[in-house]
Amino acid sequence: MADTLTIKRTSGSASAFIPMDALRSSGPEYSKLVDISRCIGCKGCEVACKEWNELQSEPTANFGSYQSHKDLTPNTWLLMRFNEIEVGENLQWLIKKDACLHCEEPGCLYACPAPGAIVQYTNGIVDFNQENCIGCQYCVTGCPFDIPRYSARTKTVSKCNMCIDRVEAGLEPACVKTCPTNAISWGSKRDMLAKADKAVETLKQRGFQHATVYDPSGVGGTHMMYVVPHGDRLADYSLPTDPTASPAPLTALNFLKRIGAYLFGFSLVGALGHLLAFGQESPDEHE
Amino acid sequence: MASLAATFGRGAMTNHWKDIKNTDVVLVMGANPAENHPCGFKWAVEARDTRGAKLLTIDPRFTRTSAVADRHMQIRPGSDIAVLGGLIRHILENDLQHTDYVAAHTNASFIVGSAFGFQDGLFSGFDEAASGYDKTSWEYERGPDGYVRRDPTLQHPRCVFQLLKNHYSRYTPDVVAQIAGCTADEFLAMAEIICSTGTADRVGTIMYAVGWTMHTVGSQIIRTAAILQLLLGNIGRPGGGINALRGHANVQGATDHAIVAALLPGYLKVPLPQQATLADHVRDSTPEPLAPGSVNYWANYSKFLVSQLKSWFGEHATGANDYAYDHLPKQVSDATWLTMWDQAHQGRLEGFVTLGFNPLLAGPDVPRLLQAMSNLKWKVVIDPFMLDTAEFWKAPGMNPAEIDTEVLYLPSSHWIERDGSFTNSGRWAQWKEQAVPPPLGVEPDTWILSELFWRVKELYQQEGGAYDAPIQHLTWDYLNPRLPTTVELAEEINGRDLSSGRLLSSFGQLADDGSTASGNWIYTGSYTEEGNQMARRGTADPTGLGMHHDWAFAWPANRRVLYNRASADAGGRPWDATRAGIAWNGREWIGDVPDYGRTTPPDAAGAFIMTAEGVARLFSTDLVDGPLSEHYEPVESPVRNPLHESVPINPTIEWYGGIRETLATDGDDFPYACTVYRVVEREHFVTSNVPRLVETMPDFFVELPEGLAREKQIENGGQVRVWSKRGSVQGTAIVTRRIKPLQVDGRTVWTVGIPVHWGFVGLTQGSMANLLTPFVGDANTRCPEFKSFLVNVERADVETA
Amino acid sequence: MAISRRTFIKASVAGAAGISALGFNLQPAQAAVRQLKIRNAKEYRTVCPYCAVGCGTIAYVHGSGGLNTTNTVIHVEGDPDSPINGGTLCPKGASQMQLAISPRLRHQPLLRRAGAADWEEVSWEEAMTWFARRFKDTRDATFEERDEQGNTVNRCTGIGWVGSATVSNEDAYLISKTMRAMGLVYYDHQARI
Repeated sequence: MADTLTIKRTSGSASAFIPMDALRSSGPEYSKLVDISRCIGCKGCEVACKEWNELQSEPTANFGSYQSHKDLTPNTWLLMRFNEIEVGENLQWLIKKDACLHCEEPGCLYACPAPGAIVQYTNGIVDFNQENCIGCQYCVTGCPFDIPRYSARTKTVSKCNMCIDRVEAGLEPACVKTCPTNAISWGSKRDMLAKADKAVETLKQRGFQHATVYDPSGVGGTHMMYVVPHGDRLADYSLPTDPTASPAPLTALNFLKRIGAYLFGFSLVGALGHLLAFGQESPDEHE
Repeated sequence: MASLAATFGRGAMTNHWKDIKNTDVVLVMGANPAENHPCGFKWAVEARDTRGAKLLTIDPRFTRTSAVADRHMQIRPGSDIAVLGGLIRHILENDLQHTDYVAAHTNASFIVGSAFGFQDGLFSGFDEAASGYDKTSWEYERGPDGYVRRDPTLQHPRCVFQLLKNHYSRYTPDVVAQIAGCTADEFLAMAEIICSTGTADRVGTIMYAVGWTMHTVGSQIIRTAAILQLLLGNIGRPGGGINALRGHANVQGATDHAIVAALLPGYLKVPLPQQATLADHVRDSTPEPLAPGSVNYWANYSKFLVSQLKSWFGEHATGANDYAYDHLPKQVSDATWLTMWDQAHQGRLEGFVTLGFNPLLAGPDVPRLLQAMSNLKWKVVIDPFMLDTAEFWKAPGMNPAEIDTEVLYLPSSHWIERDGSFTNSGRWAQWKEQAVPPPLGVEPDTWILSELFWRVKELYQQEGGAYDAPIQHLTWDYLNPRLPTTVELAEEINGRDLSSGRLLSSFGQLADDGSTASGNWIYTGSYTEEGNQMARRGTADPTGLGMHHDWAFAWPANRRVLYNRASADAGGRPWDATRAGIAWNGREWIGDVPDYGRTTPPDAAGAFIMTAEGVARLFSTDLVDGPLSEHYEPVESPVRNPLHESVPINPTIEWYGGIRETLATDGDDFPYACTVYRVVEREHFVTSNVPRLVETMPDFFVELPEGLAREKQIENGGQVRVWSKRGSVQGTAIVTRRIKPLQVDGRTVWTVGIPVHWGFVGLTQGSMANLLTPFVGDANTRCPEFKSFLVNVERADVETA
Repeated sequence: MAISRRTFIKASVAGAAGISALGFNLQPAQAAVRQLKIRNAKEYRTVCPYCAVGCGTIAYVHGSGGLNTTNTVIHVEGDPDSPINGGTLCPKGASQMQLAISPRLRHQPLLRRAGAADWEEVSWEEAMTWFARRFKDTRDATFEERDEQGNTVNRCTGIGWVGSATVSNEDAYLISKTMRAMGLVYYDHQARI
């Protein structure tokens, strides 16, 4: 039997809004740190992610870019985005690792009505559990970073799970381990914040006056942070300037009241209920 | 690598991957390590962020390496010597050289004979009819003691330092700009950083790869860089060096073990026809010391060669028969890759064997290669995967019925199914374990080779035939003669004392009296009585400089930085105590394994033990096209050579029959410079079998500057056709600002970029880049000129397969 | 489906309990996630087959190695002990498992006869007999014992050999030893191109 991880929040339950660990201390919160100034866009992380998580390769076609896919997909949880911009007279080739940021205040989880479909652990990982997913795609709308992707084939939503199986076993996520230039680091959130501050300092010495750490407070901070060389041009990295995720517990509780009975049954019946749900769930029913 | 040997004495990356973290300035030029060596490139990024090192790229394109560089300068393909020559001038005009280093460790003070000269693009001694130089006039002037005359004040007008100053004085910033297409200001900003390391407390490194070797002046580009690094005192020092980044897992090892036209393992030479006896060959291969204190290590040549002959021919190699010297084939005038295929093209080769290699896609001028392959009687292709080379008769446009070449394809096992060692760019030979056995139906290369050997040997025993003594006499004392183990081979390479049978621990133990055997002297010490040194996994790093002497084995003698004697001054004190290579403590050298006698005092010998001079050569007579470098245009160039219009290109190029007709001339409409390269998601051709890599970089593409695309109405993501005088390709356009138009010699020059990874066998098919490239090579090495040629482009509205 | 292999122990139960009461459940819950797939694999230390950085890698292998078992590579990743790469790998290195076990790897010698439009399968015995026969015949037909000046040259000028920078040092050495003994002179590898 594998070791277990401690759950902090579970979607579709009260613990989504009042974390389960409120009464007890827990182990370290982890974080990835992506130092964009060290990234060469080699896609080692993109490939290592697919390799570890056994995500099937998809047919792609060059669309006039070094970028492999136009967007994230249910099978591509990590995508290197390429963007050429001018900063003053200098050309900059912005290359950004796009994947789930694992928000401390996870908008996807708040929005999710399916019990246990989205779980946040005390170590900071926000994980989707497809067995419990009802395919409603509320998480997609709830995410301020446009990360989760719905599969019409499996009728579930998926995204980066921070290689939770590796983390549980004491290893770093696959993308972190493989990164050739140490652009992706892994450690406790505290250590990563310290490392990020140091990286920003180095960047400022190198003339990047607007260098900054991207750990947006609107989502309570993230468990994948970025060091951004041109912090004044977040949009060029496809990073929202001020992302938010509101738990709005009252609204959610009202929502829960209305469909509580249904969810209760679904939760207990398990797989059967899951199957039944497919035909009945549509976003319209909840509005 | 010819140029590194010509300058320093050995042809290999001087430092190693992790050492790059110790540098203050990284110049990446003729390489794109973020694409092609990402995990080695980490050490450059590490130096940038932990030491504040400046990371610079000079390239025809803004690459993924440029994306993390502090500064990038775009140049026109083929203008490298102009830029590097300009840097040399910048140093000498502004007195930025590391004066003490230059005085102690280079031939700056050596005086060259009065007949030497350079005029109108030609060095003295040019023989127009032979398209080559008589090098006599390049020789040093000798004193009465037989040694070269020297002037330590460096004032003599014919001393190397003054010749250098004079020769490169023409490469002013304006001339550099005129040739390379950068601006003089851009160049000077780069020069200021690069030339800042000519002091004891600063050191800079150069990372280069085939972006330099693959030109008709490739060797001389590297020579220019070597001169630059010597003037700045950057050779032999941790954080310094001139680092040749190799492109395949064991390019270094395959070169060390001499799957190379004119070499025998350990950089010994295949004898020449006129060297009738072993003594003749040894005499011609053993330089005389040119200065007092020259260790002149090649004086040991006979020990290395005789030990190799003992290793190969055993009891059949005796003093009485010149150690079976006649069993070695003598060289033909040239046998390198291009010449080989030219021979095939002329119908002069009957058979061809390719092993772990896809020549059809790898070589220039695919249409010519297809013809050459069709002229063979038979061909054997050994590889784990089906290759385009094996199916050349199915290539687009070929009619199999018209091709009589018989082709045998043999599926061989790959790296994970066999143990053995790979030697990386940094000369570290690392042992790899066998993880799984070869699957049924697949045989290891070793078995295929052994089986071929035995069957041919037995055929000769049954039928007789041409001189088979070397085959009958070849040692083959392996327990399973049909499948020697890698350990048996590693021990043979390392060598033994033949009387005791014990494995040797150092090439210093080799003798030329037949008492020792060693397959490759530079690997002596890699598999000793203490065990397999290549399999060592100690991670300790007591110097903190990343040398890791207990990890694997680095040739020679587990030395991590070549020429490390030059990391210390004349008195043996490290130039920089925080980055000491080796240091003299009064009794012995400590630090890295010294490239010098361990107890030889600092003033007793020259620092560069592999040269006859005992010092490194700013001026070297080893190359065929000049003792110093000179800018010549690529054979296909969009502009004239402003330095000497009458000698625009390298005058010593070997022209194969019918090749001049395949090159663009003034009347042709090929206005754009083109260069060919790899991307990180692919490695040459084998990755066309890997779905995840095909997914991340699916299609053949063409990188086009924005302005040119606009002019030609080519849209980003649309189809574009590119053609040269030799062939035509089509692919997806990547329209980019990363390639700018350049102003060269008063006109606008556009550069187009093309990746090399596609063919007609593979998960996805795409145009072969080498349909475009010219069949012409460097004057010394015959590396083809892949990196600079001319094309035209147009929008392609109809997609073709 | 790979992404749904996790087994939850208490998550859904806890969720259901919380909802049923429509109150707050503050009991910490534990979940087990899918097991580490390399947990029981044997590790072999090897070196990446692509460029010449020489990254240390670990091949994770399933199978006891017993007499009746053929071991299988299940995963490859970087060797964290290597001073060169410290466990990191580029996209090529990170996907080398797909190279190692590719369905595109061949297992059958093939012969294409003169003028033929396709391959035919041959046994290894036939293949090596064919190879040795051609090799010897061409060597005999093109061998030069002396050149035009009368120098002893003992060389075979009718066979070219290229490769390889992808084989081990030990094989590279054996290739040189054998082919030079055969008298080959047209002989080169990838360093040239």
